[in-house]
Amino acid sequence: MSIAATQKRGFGSFLWDYLTTVDHKKIAHLYLFGGGFFFLLGGLEAMFIRIQLIKPENDFLSAGLYNEMITMHGTTMIFLAAMPLLLGLMNAVMPLQIGARDVAFPFLNSLGFWLFMFGGILLNCSWFLGGAPDAGWTSYAPLSIQSPGHGVDFYVLGLQISGAGTLIGGINFLVTVVTMRAPGMTYMRMPLFTWATFITSVLILFAFPALTVGLFLLMFDRMFGSAFFDVALGGNSIIWQHLFWIFGHPEVYILILPAFGLFSDIFSTFSRKRLFGYTAMVFATMLIAFLGFMVWAHHMFTVGLGPVANSIFAIATMAIAVPTGIKIFNWLATMWGGSIEINSAMLWSLGFIPTFTIGGMTGVMLGSSVADYQYHDTYFVVAHFHYVIVGGTVFGILAGLHYWWPKMFGRILNEMMGKISFWIFFIGFHLTFFVQHFLGLMGMPRRYWVFLEDQGLDMGNLVSTIGAFFMAVGVIVFLINIIYTAVKGEKPGDDPWGGRTLEWATASPPVYYNFKQLPLVRGLDPLWIEKTEGKGKMTPAEPVGDIHMPNSSILPFMMGLGFFIAGIGFIFQVDHSAWLIAVYAGMATAIGSMLIRSLKDDHGYHIHKEELEREAD
Amino acid sequence: MTDNTSTNKIDSFRKQKAKEEMKKQLITFALMIGFTLIAFAIVATEAMDKMFVVPILLILALVQVGFQFYYFMHLKDKGNEMPATMIYGGVWAAILTIVTLVVITWW
Repeated sequence: MSIAATQKRGFGSFLWDYLTTVDHKKIAHLYLFGGGFFFLLGGLEAMFIRIQLIKPENDFLSAGLYNEMITMHGTTMIFLAAMPLLLGLMNAVMPLQIGARDVAFPFLNSLGFWLFMFGGILLNCSWFLGGAPDAGWTSYAPLSIQSPGHGVDFYVLGLQISGAGTLIGGINFLVTVVTMRAPGMTYMRMPLFTWATFITSVLILFAFPALTVGLFLLMFDRMFGSAFFDVALGGNSIIWQHLFWIFGHPEVYILILPAFGLFSDIFSTFSRKRLFGYTAMVFATMLIAFLGFMVWAHHMFTVGLGPVANSIFAIATMAIAVPTGIKIFNWLATMWGGSIEINSAMLWSLGFIPTFTIGGMTGVMLGSSVADYQYHDTYFVVAHFHYVIVGGTVFGILAGLHYWWPKMFGRILNEMMGKISFWIFFIGFHLTFFVQHFLGLMGMPRRYWVFLEDQGLDMGNLVSTIGAFFMAVGVIVFLINIIYTAVKGEKPGDDPWGGRTLEWATASPPVYYNFKQLPLVRGLDPLWIEKTEGKGKMTPAEPVGDIHMPNSSILPFMMGLGFFIAGIGFIFQVDHSAWLIAVYAGMATAIGSMLIRSLKDDHGYHIHKEELEREAD
Repeated sequence: MTDNTSTNKIDSFRKQKAKEEMKKQLITFALMIGFTLIAFAIVATEAMDKMFVVPILLILALVQVGFQFYYFMHLKDKGNEMPATMIYGGVWAAILTIVTLVVITWW
């Protein structure tokens, strides 16, 4: 079993290895690959949107296709790109940071990935099977109820399946952090990225059920004739908006908190300083998560909830600026007086601070319920959320990729190309979205497929589209960098950055059992402590002994495949009852796999002490 | 040293603990059945006005949920602080949701 990794293998066994893997590091590769693929897809959709808006009354896309583009761009980027990429980084790094050999439930980890992947594929199959969802990424009822064709059905089933995967991933991370920290790794010694993973997982745990419920109600309304959102039959379409945003607002913190965490690690590493205000950073993260559940109605100020509800939610919204401000100042104070090294990872992090602060400021503007009547559904909102999601999450993912690439793949990304892609993307991003603030203030509504000539919108939209091309070039340079690095990148050794946290105490890439002996943690930034005290490596907390490892399994893949087939069946069974065969076949595959998993004992295997001792240190 | 700590003593201490635990479990179990019977009885016999029945049922249910969490799911035991925090977090998120929906959607 362990020898397989060192043998030269064909493509078939390589593929089989990844299909069946339960190793958190390989699942991280899968998440990064899957998320990266959907990121490019979502980016392509964004380019189509911007090309359509390059000039007044353009006819590059038809109105219907444009609606499909904006819906799929939003849905893909949030659910299928940003979140999986973050989950990939979490999978790659968090177990290493707490000194664990894997996550708590390796099998579930794999299941979570395959559910996400099949959900994403199902959603994108809609392009070829009669049209993509076209009711916006928020899919508001009654529009989503009345949308003809199967587009919204694909949205419902695709998100339901991939959402289940995310929920499983979140619970897995929670249990891992609670139960699997190395000896001495108390909660208040965890790196900020681990803290962010932990708190993000809490948000996933509490927020996703609201989405699940909402999607089921929508599915029943569309497929089985119920009337939860149908006002004519006594339903209430506002309930969808509430359910969606009870999920949707925590969701934006699910996207940003991991980025906050990894920026904290990067700032502290490249300033050669302990993170300023560690405790305040931890509690600010908790406070953001806590407040994040009490602000969802700020997406609904113009629905007509009344002045009292609007005021309460406006004040709660503005309160979030306080912990976020604490974080911004702590990052600045971390760098203050530090021995700063500026490389690509640090550039993305430095670019994040002003960008995200602008997004936060427009956020407070939007949070004022009175002013929001002016901003609502204009390009001002579009500019705001791209400043926080691209400026926060995407910059964060790219910073994290540059920072952890040597740890994950053993090769370091090219610095020159890293810097080029940063500057092109950074300039392109601000060209694209800064001008959209003003387009919005001049009254350009979002989601419209054309705008008229000579209304002061021509120039701004042209600039915005040019910026989008810059962003595309930046991403392409990054892709070239990845290929270049894979072919002839440098192998920088285990600890290229002078790291402070436990992941840098492992090999690059880490052996499949991560730590031969679990490390003894003696404080915050454990590796840094050992370095400053002259030892330079971790003290083991246990003698060399047998290591218990999980067996690989194809069952998670089969479960995902089963739900995918059943999903297709559910979508088309309204047309012809023969499609029920797909429902039954799919469910039989999924439930059968679950049954096998439940009834067949799988105790894993042990790597024996002798085998470990034979391997070189 | 090791000879002095007789395993018998530890065993008897453990047994004592287990016995007390079992007693608590049985009492709680009996109480829960009792509560269920009371709830069933007041509805079946229609002895009370609907105005009173509903809040009484809710209170009985709440107490039973408490028993369930603290005795059968061992929240009262040491080392379960994290699950307790999570459960209360979830309860908090659920209450917020329900209260808001009731107040601003259906009021």
